[in-house]
This record gives sequence, C-alpha cells and structure tokens, in this order.
Amino acid sequence: MKQKFDIIQSTCLPVAIDNCNTDLIIPARYLASTTRDPKFFGDAFMHDLRYDADGNPVADFVLNQPDFSEAPSQGVHEIIVGGANWGSGSSREHAAWAIAGYGVRVVISSSFADIHRNNLLNCFVLPVIVSKEFQTELFDTIAKNPKAEVKVDVPNQVVTNVTTGNSEHFDINGYKKYCLMNALDDIDFLLENTGKIEAYEQK
Amino acid sequence: MNTLFDKIWDSHVVQIVKDGPTQLYIDRLYCHEVTSPQAFDTLRDKGLKVFRPDHVYAMPDHNTPSDQQEVINDPVGRKQVDTLKQNCEEFGIKHFAMGTLDNGIIHVVGPEKGLSLPGMTIVCGDSHTSTHGAVGALAMGIGTSEVAQVLASQTILQSKPKSMRINIEGELQPGVTAKDIALYIMAQMTTSGATGYVVEYAGSTIRNLSMEGRLTLSNLSIEMGSRAGIIAPDEVTFEYLKEREYAPKGAEWDKAVAFWKTLKSDEDAVFDMEVTYRAEDIAPRITYGTNPGAGVAIDECIPELSTIPEAEQAGFMAQLKYMQFNPGEKLEGHPVDYVFLGACTNGRIEDFRAFASVVKGKKKAENVVAWLVPGSWLVRKQIIEEGIDKILEEAGFELRLPSCSACLAMNPDKVPAGKLSISTSNRNFVGRQGPGARTVLASPLTVAAAAVTGVITDVRKLM
Repeated sequence: MKQKFDIIQSTCLPVAIDNCNTDLIIPARYLASTTRDPKFFGDAFMHDLRYDADGNPVADFVLNQPDFSEAPSQGVHEIIVGGANWGSGSSREHAAWAIAGYGVRVVISSSFADIHRNNLLNCFVLPVIVSKEFQTELFDTIAKNPKAEVKVDVPNQVVTNVTTGNSEHFDINGYKKYCLMNALDDIDFLLENTGKIEAYEQK
Repeated sequence: MNTLFDKIWDSHVVQIVKDGPTQLYIDRLYCHEVTSPQAFDTLRDKGLKVFRPDHVYAMPDHNTPSDQQEVINDPVGRKQVDTLKQNCEEFGIKHFAMGTLDNGIIHVVGPEKGLSLPGMTIVCGDSHTSTHGAVGALAMGIGTSEVAQVLASQTILQSKPKSMRINIEGELQPGVTAKDIALYIMAQMTTSGATGYVVEYAGSTIRNLSMEGRLTLSNLSIEMGSRAGIIAPDEVTFEYLKEREYAPKGAEWDKAVAFWKTLKSDEDAVFDMEVTYRAEDIAPRITYGTNPGAGVAIDECIPELSTIPEAEQAGFMAQLKYMQFNPGEKLEGHPVDYVFLGACTNGRIEDFRAFASVVKGKKKAENVVAWLVPGSWLVRKQIIEEGIDKILEEAGFELRLPSCSACLAMNPDKVPAGKLSISTSNRNFVGRQGPGARTVLASPLTVAAAAVTGVITDVRKLM
C-alpha cells in the first residue's frame, strides 16, 4: 500500500453516488476478518452493488459496465470520481483498504467525510477535494468519453481534466504531502517524537 | 474567549507539526475486536510495545451474539473475538470479556464505568465514539492506522476541526426524546451539515436532558458528519459519574469536580458556526430513506418529488425504491416486520424504561419479530433489578443479551432481505441491518408503539 506519489494520469471510474457511505464501500460482513490481504479487501470493494444476492454481477452497475470493468493498473482506472459526502458513516478503515486493494490511488469528490478522508491518506490513497462544478464537469466528460483522463499533480497540488484542460488547485497540508511523496507514514513520525510525548506527560 | 472544544484541544497539544497537523495526546483509547487486529499486527511488524497500556481498554461487542454467549458459531467472528483477547494478553491491556458483567457495547460501557470523564481526549476505531462527548470529553472516531498510532505513542495527528454550537431551547413535547432531536437536526442540516466541525450542544433543552439522553444525542453527532459532539459537564454529569467504578473517589473526586466545573465555553467564545432550534418544533421522528437525514415527523408524509431539488431527485427516488416507499406516502400505519431496541444509540436503562412504559399492559403484535438488546451487562442487570424484564415478558417480549446486535449485521441478528425494521439504532443505510433489509429509524418510544400495534404508529396516540 505504501507508495510514493508524484503525478498520476489515468482514466477514471465514475461512481456518481452522493453520500456513498462506508457500508456501501465495504459491507459489514467483510469486517470480521483479521487479515491485511489487499486482495481480500479489493474483492469486497462495493460488493453488494457489484453482485446480487446470488453472487452474479449486476450488469448495470458502473464497475461492471464494459467501459469500466477493467481492473485498475497504471494509467487505467486509478482514479475514482465519487459523489458528494464520499465515505460517510462508519469509521471502518476497511473501506480505504478496499479502495486501495482494488487498485485505486486517488478519489476525487466535492466533499469527503472526515474520518474516511484521514483513513484514505493513511492508506496512501489521495483524497482530492474539488468544486461541485469541477466534479460535475468530470462526470460529464467521462460520460461522453469513458477513456477521458484526469491528471493529478501532487507536487503542484493541481488536478486537471485533460479533455477540457480545466484545472483546479487542491489542498493538502505540507506535512502529509511530504509523507505521500516519500511513502512515509504517521506512526514513524510519532515514534521519532517520543521525547516530546514524555515531556507532555511530565507537565 | 475559548470554546469548550478549544480548552480540551489546547490542553492536549504535544506539538503542532510544521505546516501540518497537531500531535494530540490521548487520555483514553478504546478497542473493539473489529478495528483493532490489524493495528496490533502493525505493532508486531515494527517490534513495538503499547506505549501506555493503562490508558487502553478493550472489549468485544460487534460479533457478540445476543441469544447466547457460550460460543460464537461463526468461525470468522469467533477468531476476531479470540484475537482481541490474545492481543490484550500479549500487550498488557485490560480486556472486558464477552459474557461477563464488565462487557457490553464499548460506547455504553465507557461512560457507565466512569472510564470516560469530562475534559478527556477519547478515541476508538469506531465512528460512534462521538457518544462519549456527552460527558464533556473530546471523543473522536478514528481508523485502524490511527489506532496503531495511539497504541504506539498515545498520541494522534489531527488537523484541528472548526467549531459549531447547536442550541436547542425550550421544553420538549410529550413523546419526544433525544433521538428525535438528533433526527430533527440531521433533517435540517443533512448528514454532512457538520462535516469538518466539532459540535457543542447547548441551550435549555440540552441542560434538561438526562445523561442517557445526552449520550444518545452525542452518539448521533457522526450522522451529521461532525468530528465530535460535546456537552459541557454539569450537575447531571457529576451525578451520573459519581461512584462509577473507575471514576475518581473521595478527595480526588472533589478535586476532579472542581476542575470539571471550569469546562465550559467562555461567555464571549466565538464559534465558526452557530444555529438554534426550538424544542417545540420537534415531533417524534421517523426516517424514510437510506441516510439518517432522510426523515420526517411521524405524522408527516414522505416529501413529494416536486419539493426535492432537481439535482437530488434521482438520489431521492433511488432511496425510496430501495425502501419500497412512494413520494407523498404517509408512513403511519405502514406494517413493520422487525423491531429493534438497542445499540450504542438507545441501549441504555432509560431507553428500556421508555419502551416498557409504552408496552406495559399491552401485547406484542403477532406480525412482529422483536429484538430487545441491552447495551451492556450492567444495563441488563438494572433492567432486571427494576422489574422491567417482567413488564416486557408479560407483554410478550424477550430480553436478550448485550451486543451490538441488529445495528450492523455482524452477528446472527440480521434482518432478512426485503423485511421492514423499525429500529432505535443509528443507520438506515442500504444493507446495514442485513443485505436487502429496509430500516426506519426512530426513538425507543416510537419503536415500542410499533411493537404493540404492528404498524408505524404515532406514540402520542398511545399515551
């Protein structure tokens, strides 16, 4: 999961569901696991939208449509364009593991739920917040051309709809950007600061 | 001019990372079996110990069956519960085992044992950690990576949220509970209305809520999207916490209360956002859609399609299709199949008293399957001590064993596909109570009314 971020340019998976909660991203029955296997969680990604009760693919769900059914790989479907309030509800990091396990590296939306956004970052999936207008244009562009690409430039914090050339700046704090670009996680930073923690406890 | 949230946050800052988040000290970490195993694995990978094991308390709750607690029949769930126990033994963490008087839903047990105290920072790998904010703590749900961080360092990296105050003023009408207040707020501001904020609940209505009611309201903060909910501690809080197992005792108690009395927003505190609602505008609530904000007063109809903004109409119709409801339809009188009283939202003693007050002297409707699940073994004990179990039994109900139960379909209590459940839990998401299950959320009073009539009922008509 730990991987360095620089510039990602890829076709996208349009998941135009507002309030797409983490129960939808991964149903609770997949939470009883003790594994960290990315494939296990990737296979469970949006399971109950992708498959019916008998385990057959739901043909009209976007991830099963011919244009979007190819598994993510470099330049292909590495970006989800999601609906508003993406990842609301349960704090389950399993939702971020499912997205990462499926092979997605960036989720773009007009808004994210707070806990899920932190979880994505900790799983080296970049949440990119864009304006409602930019999000709508992305959905339109992809609807017209499923092969349309989006470019996410992490060093410059710019997201571009390659088809229209429109771009937006996105926020990420300097610390987290450094972590993503160098594949460093928070726990290592915290362990380097044990002295400060002990000093706080003495106060 | 600080808010209560500022005061707790500021007193827990270890450092502010340059161009980054704040490193915040955590007083209490709760772990349950679902979101902790991979965090303990991270510690093992890195060869780490738990930094402050005495700050950590663990208990299984999600996989716990509510019919018997001798054995978990599902091998996957059983392994997860066993893994928590083993991890606690290996890392020296206090563990409240399934089936013991210490056990229950983590968000019910924390406050009732006096482990969650005013002024604390509290985290848990569970979004409903917001519950503990009702005692005047800053309590936030986190992910498993963050659980590992707290285990390893007793700190967490967080960007400081904005502050919001929600004032509720006036007297609640008969039949209206804290659950209805929360469902009303969500319908007003949507389920993302408080995203990015810590919400302080204030006003005369909140002051008059019992501790149980405050815990219910704070529990549902996450359903408004907020990072945490918080209520300034007062005599209600102190009365609730006094003599609790882990609360300070004797001189320590007096010292603690003196400090806790300082934990309130300053008169001139400025919030990033402030809203006020009137208690008399709030009726018993019921949801009709697949997010907790999609609800109406019990005597109202589901909105007509024409009243929904055009951009939201497709989503609105998708929700109703799943729920098998129609625009403009009245929910009152609609038959229900399942009734669930419990969860970290409404699994406390007051909720069982409320349910019993409605069903007393009546009979369970024949068409209804009822699951009445106390939030903890202490709650169950008190139910029996107060004779509430007898009232329930005479009305044809059975009291089950403490568990998260039908809140999230991770144990045998699953609502079958297509069945309609009226539930005191916190989420009516697609498939939340079982694949294909349909859920309407309501208060213990409203759920009790449906339990005896077999249909969605305005409880005020039974009072």
